[in-house]
Amino acid sequence: MTADASRGAQAPPELVQLLTPEGERVEHPDYDIDLTPEEIRGLYRDLVMVRRIDLEAVALQRQGELGLWASLLGQEAAQIGSGRALTDADMAFPTYREHGVAWCRGVDPVNLLGLFRGVNHGGWDPAEHNFHLYTIVIGSQTLHAVGYAMGIQRDGAVGEDGAASIVYFGDGATSQGDVNESFIWASVFNAPVVFFCQNNQWAISEPLEKQSRIPLYRRASGFGFPGVRVDGNDVFACLAVTRKALADARSGQGPVLIEAYTYRMGAHTTSDDPTRYRLADELEAWKLKDPIERVKAYLVRNRLADQAFFDGVDAEADELGKDVRRRCLQLPDPGPMEMFEHVYAEPHRLIEAERAEFAAYLAGFENEGVEG
Amino acid sequence: MTTLTMAKALNEGMRKAMEDDPKVLVMGEDVGKLGGVFRVTDGLQKDFGEQRVIDTPLAESGIIGTAIGLALRGYRPVCEIQFDGFVFPAADQIITQLAKMPMRSLGKLRLPVVVRIPCGGGIGAVEHHSESPETYFTHTAGLRVVTCSNPADAYAMIQQAIRCDDPVVFFEPKRRYWDKAEVDTSGAADWLPLDRARVVRPGADVTLLAYGPMVKTCLEVAAAAQEDGRSLEVVDLRSLNPLDLPAVVESVRRTGRCVVVHEAPVFNGYGAELAARITEECFYHLEAPVLRVGGPSTPYPPSRLEDHYLPDLDRVLDAVDRAFAF
Repeated sequence: MTADASRGAQAPPELVQLLTPEGERVEHPDYDIDLTPEEIRGLYRDLVMVRRIDLEAVALQRQGELGLWASLLGQEAAQIGSGRALTDADMAFPTYREHGVAWCRGVDPVNLLGLFRGVNHGGWDPAEHNFHLYTIVIGSQTLHAVGYAMGIQRDGAVGEDGAASIVYFGDGATSQGDVNESFIWASVFNAPVVFFCQNNQWAISEPLEKQSRIPLYRRASGFGFPGVRVDGNDVFACLAVTRKALADARSGQGPVLIEAYTYRMGAHTTSDDPTRYRLADELEAWKLKDPIERVKAYLVRNRLADQAFFDGVDAEADELGKDVRRRCLQLPDPGPMEMFEHVYAEPHRLIEAERAEFAAYLAGFENEGVEG
Repeated sequence: MTTLTMAKALNEGMRKAMEDDPKVLVMGEDVGKLGGVFRVTDGLQKDFGEQRVIDTPLAESGIIGTAIGLALRGYRPVCEIQFDGFVFPAADQIITQLAKMPMRSLGKLRLPVVVRIPCGGGIGAVEHHSESPETYFTHTAGLRVVTCSNPADAYAMIQQAIRCDDPVVFFEPKRRYWDKAEVDTSGAADWLPLDRARVVRPGADVTLLAYGPMVKTCLEVAAAAQEDGRSLEVVDLRSLNPLDLPAVVESVRRTGRCVVVHEAPVFNGYGAELAARITEECFYHLEAPVLRVGGPSTPYPPSRLEDHYLPDLDRVLDAVDRAFAF
């Protein structure tokens, strides 16, 4: 059974685009952006760097150094564009794939790798970067972002110089109850939150039509706030649309849903095999819309960067890759007693008793070693 | 000293916590104008405003999920889940996020969230309004689980739970909401720490271990047994995670017999953990195996049957008889 597409039919979806896949700058009536050549070169550098981190992480997983990696390949523009729209006061709530946003927030990439290597569940300080820990259960963080935004309201931090939260999630997550509840809460409390959905077309093996009969951005209207679809492979458009949404949220106009229309060019994670459920043709078509190539074309076309610049960025990326690899391999394994740490803030009798018992058990082996 | 019902004692405790700390919020379904379906939050929104006493949409996962976000921003939310059987839509946020996020952050994030849940049966309610889901939460590392049995403890414990930097699931025995007792509202000097059990009636022959609604039942059992010349000690556990094991062990080693009483089903119930711990710690002191009295392994029955389902004076006395028969 397939849905009758004529039921509830609407106008075809609109897409905000400021830079075509060929690198041509185009106008949009509602969104514009004025970037200096230096800022554009900065965005290009960001895109290249995060792709390089991602490539290194995939390689590390293939070599057995990471248990898993969730690649952002193809989603760099959505993440860098939105990530660079944030101010220091804004708070970001990621899924487990927002390595590009983490980069924008100044999180050391090695900390991301630590999670996938299994040395901890999240090794950075969310308050230091205003970048929350990765959330692995799909959609749960949308409610955290809305609650955080309600806290911003209660702090009186809405208005001029206000703050907002932004929450990342994927197309699959839009089916979760928590995401729908978060839309309701944000709406009725007019919370300063931006919902940033990266529609990468695939929820592991399930295509978008298993999640929705309508374009995802149109879901927002049913909840009573604006939704907009942006070309998720266009870093200019992602930056412009997110800036506007955040400004609206910070100034007290309430939530916005952004659907960044993009494509997961790699596997869902390193454990996945996309050849079982999608055609290579599809990937080839999306490669023509690559988020990095179009910025490069724009820079070249407008003589805003020369070969030395591109070579320099590539060299810097290679250094970054090597550095990330070196420091990943140096991450110390946690000691066995560390699992008892941080479970509770205040003393907890059961944890204390089990910690002492386990320490005594381990000490028994040490004695054996001495005697034997 | 003032005479308060347990519901009013909880209300006064939350009011005091809100006066003491402007970061304390109350949130849940119908907690504002209505004052909660049991009136436990009565008058709080009138006095503290809608920003601090929040009537939420009817979505339990949303209540806990947004409370987590508020806690991340520095607030101390006190969430009301309207009834025990309604907590399960929030179970994912409680178990997967609230309990685990502090350790996930290596201690950098703390979530001082209280989840208040009216629990237990005995009020003639329809399905899903009489359950005892405590072990789902005591089994979840990262949560503290406590329950009050009387107005004085209710007043103190709710304030201690709100001050605690860990998430606390706070069970309130709904059929005891209207029990009255003297409550000292003058200060915290005499409060027992939140994680300690209390001997509510000393005795020599059998230890009755209970919590929440069954403490009162066990006190009635002890009074009845006294007439038969049996001296029963009643221990109110108060904190289920962590368990005050030293208090339990001290009592059972003295009496040599132990009966655990709770409303929840016996199988895999909290009594199973108690029986195992007591066997490990008191093996040579026991005159009889640890016996358990609780609900059968059925869903909570229609209310016309609940008097048969719930442990009562006769069923507990019967278990005491069996403990003596060994």
